Amino acid sequence: MSEEILAPLEGKVVKLNISIGDKVEEDQEAFVIEAMKMETEVYVPCDGTVESVMVKEGDEVEEDAVMAVISCE
Amino acid sequence: MGFLFQHSGLFYITPQIAVMWLIGFVLIYLAIAKDYEPLLLLPIGFGIVLANLPLTHLMQPDEGLIWRFYHYGIQWEIIPPLIFLGLGVLTDFGPIIARPSLIFLGAGAQAGVYLTFFAAMAFGFNLNEAATIGIIGGADGPTTIFLASALAPHMLGACAVAAYSYMALVPVIQPPVMKLLTTKKERLIKMKKSRKVSRLEKLLFPIISTVVILIMIPEAAPLFSMLMLGNLFKESKVVERLASSAKNELMNILTIFLGISIGATMNAEVFLNPKVILVFILGLVAFIVSTGAGIILAKVMNLFVKDKINPLIGAAGVSAVPMAARVVHKVGSEEDKKNYLLMFAMGPNVAGVIGTVIAAGIFLTLLK
Repeated sequence: MSEEILAPLEGKVVKLNISIGDKVEEDQEAFVIEAMKMETEVYVPCDGTVESVMVKEGDEVEEDAVMAVISCE
Repeated sequence: MGFLFQHSGLFYITPQIAVMWLIGFVLIYLAIAKDYEPLLLLPIGFGIVLANLPLTHLMQPDEGLIWRFYHYGIQWEIIPPLIFLGLGVLTDFGPIIARPSLIFLGAGAQAGVYLTFFAAMAFGFNLNEAATIGIIGGADGPTTIFLASALAPHMLGACAVAAYSYMALVPVIQPPVMKLLTTKKERLIKMKKSRKVSRLEKLLFPIISTVVILIMIPEAAPLFSMLMLGNLFKESKVVERLASSAKNELMNILTIFLGISIGATMNAEVFLNPKVILVFILGLVAFIVSTGAGIILAKVMNLFVKDKINPLIGAAGVSAVPMAARVVHKVGSEEDKKNYLLMFAMGPNVAGVIGTVIAAGIFLTLLK
């Protein structure tokens, strides 16, 4: 089953650590979003493979925007 | 040469003055080297040094340069409300509109304000002074300054420095209190996503809340009206130039005048007395109690609600925006990296701003 990585808050994607096809682990750092004078790390929700990535570095995202989809083991 | 020497301030330097210089230098150091609220503490620190240079007459009533900043900006109560105009532009009340019950957390965190009010009176401060010391627990610089200049101007400097110092120290002060009052299980609570807030709701909020609050507590008008006007600028989306100016240029200009003026009120006679140490101690107590009250209230609310609240966000009722919310997020992420509490914590955080202004309005109504 797939799990979406949603943006926990509105901000700018300043770091993107995953790409399509990557094997990832739960709690691995996937993105960093900058907002409210701090950097918020967003983590991979489950062990699996990256199915798709919807954003790139520099993009502005809204709260709850789907940033990536992970296919979980 | 002799003439110049005679008119210099050299012979007027006292040990007390030297101590004040030291305090000014320490604040400047903290601002620059440790990044402690530099926007305020740097000009305040320098203002303290200026206020304690003899014969400059910078704070001479009717004549001094900095006295004029202080008189027209602070005594006339202009600067703090205008800072609130900018704050309103920067604030997103969405999290509160989505889950209004979080307003209680903002209100509950004002408990530190009231408790410290009574504690200060027990220590011998009069009503006006106690109210000004209590409002430090609201963690709101402009509100503290506004109340101090109305009720206890001689305490303005001490209370302002205490307020801004503790705001800078929120990441140090709050986490121990938060961990003491919550269980690991509570810290792991993942909150349910709030509903989406419509644009219309975000437009009606500043207008309706202004009418309602100002009818109930008219004395809160200068601060509250400016806060909500700024928010209306933001949410209307049709006055971007005004909004941008309010939150950037205007805020920066006001902060310059505010910092210098506050620092310059702190001359040796006013500041170097034992009561000031009490102010700092009581201010710290106010902060800690407010943090605790917010958390405990969240735990109490959890007994009655279906969608559990992570009690940590109660600490964000202390309206150091967004510092307290950031601290809540960090403490939560220590237990579970994927628990993104930041936006949930913003609810009580912005509610706390309203709560503190209301508390100030209540004090003004009762004591002015």
